[in-house]
Amino acid sequence: MPLEYPKETPAQTAGPFVHIGAMPRIAGFTCFDVELGQQIAGPDVPGERIVIEGQILDGTGTPCRDTMVEVWQADDQGRYAHPEDPRGAEVADGFTGFGRAHTDFDTGLFRFETIKPGIVPGRHGRDQAPHVSFWIVARGINIGLHTRMYFPEDNTSTDPVLSMIEQPHRRDTLIAERTADGQYRFDIRLQGDRETVFLDV
Amino acid sequence: MTAEYFQRDRRWHPPALTPDYKTSVARSPSLPLLSIENSLSEITGPTFSHAALGGLDNDLILNFTGEPAIGERTVVHGRVTDETGRPVKGALLEVWQANAGGRYRHVKDGYLAPLDPNFGGCGRCLTDEDGFYVFRTVKPGAYPFRNYSNSWRMAHIHFSIFGAGLTQRLITQMYFEGDPLRDQDPIAQTIPDPAALDRLVAPLDLNASVPLDSLAYRFDIVLRGRRQTVFENKLEGA
Ligand SMILES: [Fe+3]
Repeated sequence: MPLEYPKETPAQTAGPFVHIGAMPRIAGFTCFDVELGQQIAGPDVPGERIVIEGQILDGTGTPCRDTMVEVWQADDQGRYAHPEDPRGAEVADGFTGFGRAHTDFDTGLFRFETIKPGIVPGRHGRDQAPHVSFWIVARGINIGLHTRMYFPEDNTSTDPVLSMIEQPHRRDTLIAERTADGQYRFDIRLQGDRETVFLDV
Repeated sequence: MTAEYFQRDRRWHPPALTPDYKTSVARSPSLPLLSIENSLSEITGPTFSHAALGGLDNDLILNFTGEPAIGERTVVHGRVTDETGRPVKGALLEVWQANAGGRYRHVKDGYLAPLDPNFGGCGRCLTDEDGFYVFRTVKPGAYPFRNYSNSWRMAHIHFSIFGAGLTQRLITQMYFEGDPLRDQDPIAQTIPDPAALDRLVAPLDLNASVPLDSLAYRFDIVLRGRRQTVFENKLEGA
């Protein structure tokens, strides 16, 4: 008999109504007290305040307007608000590192207000350039898509993830555009010429 | 302990491109995913506490107005474990569903079945120390959706699950034992292996039902496992 582990529960699409369960206020519900993922970094958290905006574009170039976007990031010192980060207990009160947004029902834009993350320790002592992890789900996406956003002003040449991408123009799909001080644009392309690099984490 | 998670078996999950579920055609990446080794960015993830949740959050029968919703009163319960069989405690589960007539309370749902004034369709809870969770709801109805001209979704409850880290993040759907639409449902059929689809079908659990009150279904969830031994892993860059 081969060795068997219980297998992971298979994924299914989040469908068009993900907001009801995950962002009930967006769906018009007021029955829960706390909407999760609405504060990545509270007002007293140190760090450079930034805004990230973007669209999720399908293979025809059309913005998806029914997507849920989640982000996960470290604080300005590269620490995650999580018990398994060795420095996790040091993050400021009010820093969760977790954000949730939907792509607007009309414009298809998502928007996060946060702080710029710091350099995060990587494997074998190799640092990772500042980045924000993204996870997107929607109708038509059968299993959630992981990707990362990096910042154009940082040195990303030695980042262990970006370095693995062979084609330079594909590497660029993970680097946001700086549109003004503290303002970044990060579009995610599900398919086509400039398909975003998605990660199997 | 800081250890890596088991690699996800992508053959077991639905592929990105499933032409019989038409919306996937323009929304599926066509290039291979970039496989990366777990770093701190992937083994960590959001955590949630009871402080964020209200007392009726897991009671969909009452949590919209306080008056009971219409439909088959149903307990949905189960256990969240990982691929090594260990319980996942403190996992956040969020659920959403149509009402007993198959209608969602959402601006984008135009199905002609009526809304129930006392049913919202959202719920959430955290697993306990042993990984157990429970919701109370009404059984959702089947509903048509635009795919082929006569495509129907079998009755289902959407589940979003946050485990211990980003790698365990999962959204899936629970189905009900004995549903006659199983083989016709284009979304359920995105899963290639019928044995994998079986894992989303919750069996009736008469022993967990509440006599003279509610039926019960059991839906166990397995998240990715993680290695138990760390040899020269240096995950933290230490
Ligand atoms: Fe649904």
